[in-house]
Amino acid sequence: MSIEFIYPEFEVIRDQSRCIGCRVCQRQCANEVHSYDDDLKILKSDESKCVNCQRCVSMCPTRALKIVKSDCTLRENANWQNNTIKEIYKQANSGGVLLSSMGNPNPLPVYWDRILINASQVTNPPIDPLREPMETRVFLGKKPDKIERGKDGKLKCNLSPQLELSMPVMFSAMSYGSISYNAHESLARAAKELGIFYNTGEGGLHEDFYCYGDNTIVQVASGRFGVHEDYLKAGKGIEIKMGQGAKPGIGGHLPGTKIVGDVSRTRMIPEGSDAISPAPHHDIYSIEDLRQLVFSLKEATEYKKPVIVKVAAVHNIAAIASGIARSGADIIAIDGFRGGTGAAPTRIRDNVGIPIELALASVDQRLRDEGIRNNVSLVVGGSIRSASDVVKAIALGADACYIATAAVLAMGCHLCRTCQSGKCNWGIATQRPDLVKRLNPEIGSKRLVNLMNAWRHEIKELMGGMGINSIEALKGNRLMLRGVGLNDRELKILGISHAGE
Amino acid sequence: MNIDAKNLEYKELNEAIRQMSGGCTVSGCMGQRFIGAGMSDKEITINGVPGNALGAYLNGAKITVNGNAQDAVGDTMNEGKIIVHGNIGDATGYAMRGGKIFVKGNAGYRAGIHMKAYKDKQPCLVIGGRAGSFLGEYQAGGTIIVLGLTDDTKPIVSNFPCTGMHGGKMLLRSDCKDIRFPQQVHITTAGKADIDEIREYIQEFCMHFGYDENEILSSEFTLVVPDTKNPYKQMYVAN
Repeated sequence: MSIEFIYPEFEVIRDQSRCIGCRVCQRQCANEVHSYDDDLKILKSDESKCVNCQRCVSMCPTRALKIVKSDCTLRENANWQNNTIKEIYKQANSGGVLLSSMGNPNPLPVYWDRILINASQVTNPPIDPLREPMETRVFLGKKPDKIERGKDGKLKCNLSPQLELSMPVMFSAMSYGSISYNAHESLARAAKELGIFYNTGEGGLHEDFYCYGDNTIVQVASGRFGVHEDYLKAGKGIEIKMGQGAKPGIGGHLPGTKIVGDVSRTRMIPEGSDAISPAPHHDIYSIEDLRQLVFSLKEATEYKKPVIVKVAAVHNIAAIASGIARSGADIIAIDGFRGGTGAAPTRIRDNVGIPIELALASVDQRLRDEGIRNNVSLVVGGSIRSASDVVKAIALGADACYIATAAVLAMGCHLCRTCQSGKCNWGIATQRPDLVKRLNPEIGSKRLVNLMNAWRHEIKELMGGMGINSIEALKGNRLMLRGVGLNDRELKILGISHAGE
Repeated sequence: MNIDAKNLEYKELNEAIRQMSGGCTVSGCMGQRFIGAGMSDKEITINGVPGNALGAYLNGAKITVNGNAQDAVGDTMNEGKIIVHGNIGDATGYAMRGGKIFVKGNAGYRAGIHMKAYKDKQPCLVIGGRAGSFLGEYQAGGTIIVLGLTDDTKPIVSNFPCTGMHGGKMLLRSDCKDIRFPQQVHITTAGKADIDEIREYIQEFCMHFGYDENEILSSEFTLVVPDTKNPYKQMYVAN
């Protein structure tokens, strides 16, 4: 074999005694792993094309298939691990920047798993959510510092515009283009049914989805794709994207091959032209400049929409958030370094940014210390995986969470991490019509609603266990958290005590 | 209808403009920002100096400034017209997708950055004087014209024009011998067909500012176009 050969990562194991030759696997695989040998009347596989998306495994009617990790490895070396060596081969072969998808897969600390939640025993009773009302509604936006009354004693109500969520979770930004029409429709329908929000990402808003405007957050990023007056007015809130957890500090390049048909129309750029979002907003070099963009959006929408500023969690996030909180933004969204993406340079994804848990704790504390916590709501994302992650995030100081990887998993994603190929066999990260139709928006939205309803119930149970009956009472309630196996510095940043204290 | 902007905050000023049906003149303008943001059916004349982000997200309105304008004019403009009888600040027409901006004098840094075009939306930015550095950075569509109608000896555009340009075209009324362009653009002397394509824009420029069309068009123009609309195609390898 040539010097360019890299042994396939996976093996396709076909139990010939079970295989009935129906060729479903062949039809289902956009990567063309499976082929039919007419002479031998058997199915064969080319495992070098397999990405382990499990589509064939799931569709095989006789369970004849499984995909396993290949045990053909290079000589073991703790320093030069297999992946590291293969990446060098790939770059030596191509001269290219390594491009990956979805969140950072490396074994870095997951602080959520080192934080434990309290429960009431004896001295104050837990609450049973099946018996007693629990409030999971939250309102995102700037809150007044004090209650004001007029001369007649009535409340003066000049509240800034707020986003009302039935539960403290939203679907975070994924553009039409990075994901399919059917995936967007699933998210939009689910958001409407749940009384939460989904986010257009920087890809414009498809004309068919304006009807979901009351449950939509429209995004404005450095490329300004699809941004125009109707778009800004269509959503319930506007998000300025300054950064993304998976790739802090860099922009986005959606290749021209993906700018086809409706994607081109929705982004309002010609077919086949690269959609380049520059790394910075070229009109923003300071908090004052950010303020200008925030208020230009508010002016253009007559102060009816809260403005979210989304940033990646990076080293000086507390100072950055403090600036944003003074910029006139209503909501700060912080995206941790494990956040997913349709494509990001591997080195950036795996090495840039910080864990959301630490970022959240330090931002919440900083804003409190400076007396400006009520200026903004805090939304955090970047790998919120479960209801307990949500509860921990709120107790650390978040108002709500953004989820995206969990949402695409609900729609059928099997986390094979090859979104960048555009050949998603589950109909999510693709624009190929034959693949897109595999995701039925009816089923996709139903599964999202199921997931959120399940989480909502779990959130209520976790809160009830603590004797807390509203998200508001849980917010920033770090006494409800304990760390386990964390060092003093980590506990200090998280603002929590160690288990047993 | 006249609006005296003297003691108005930008929010109040924009509110007053929104209340006007059709045209209005804003007098005594002193740096109020966001004038006309997102407006579609207005005709606004401004006497004085409007502040940053004039006509941001403009969607069909016409704005005339009798004076200089500041930064971020016509940010993400979708449709409409902005005419500036003076100089203009930085980032003019950032990501504008449609409409026209005419500037009599010079432009600051980053004019026409990330300008785009889509189908019938073909934006145009005409700068009468010189342009600062980073002109047409990331340009993805539309037309940027710089006429250099100033009598100083400085180059028609400063450093680093057209970096990352991947669509549209730029016409500079100069032989551009002293300008350094990046590798991914084609530089040629504009031919008759190229000039005919921009004639309409030049005519309108002359109409607004009282120049002679034939005199302007009799000089040499340099045409700059990108050599690919996929500048980053070969940069990546799947991992």
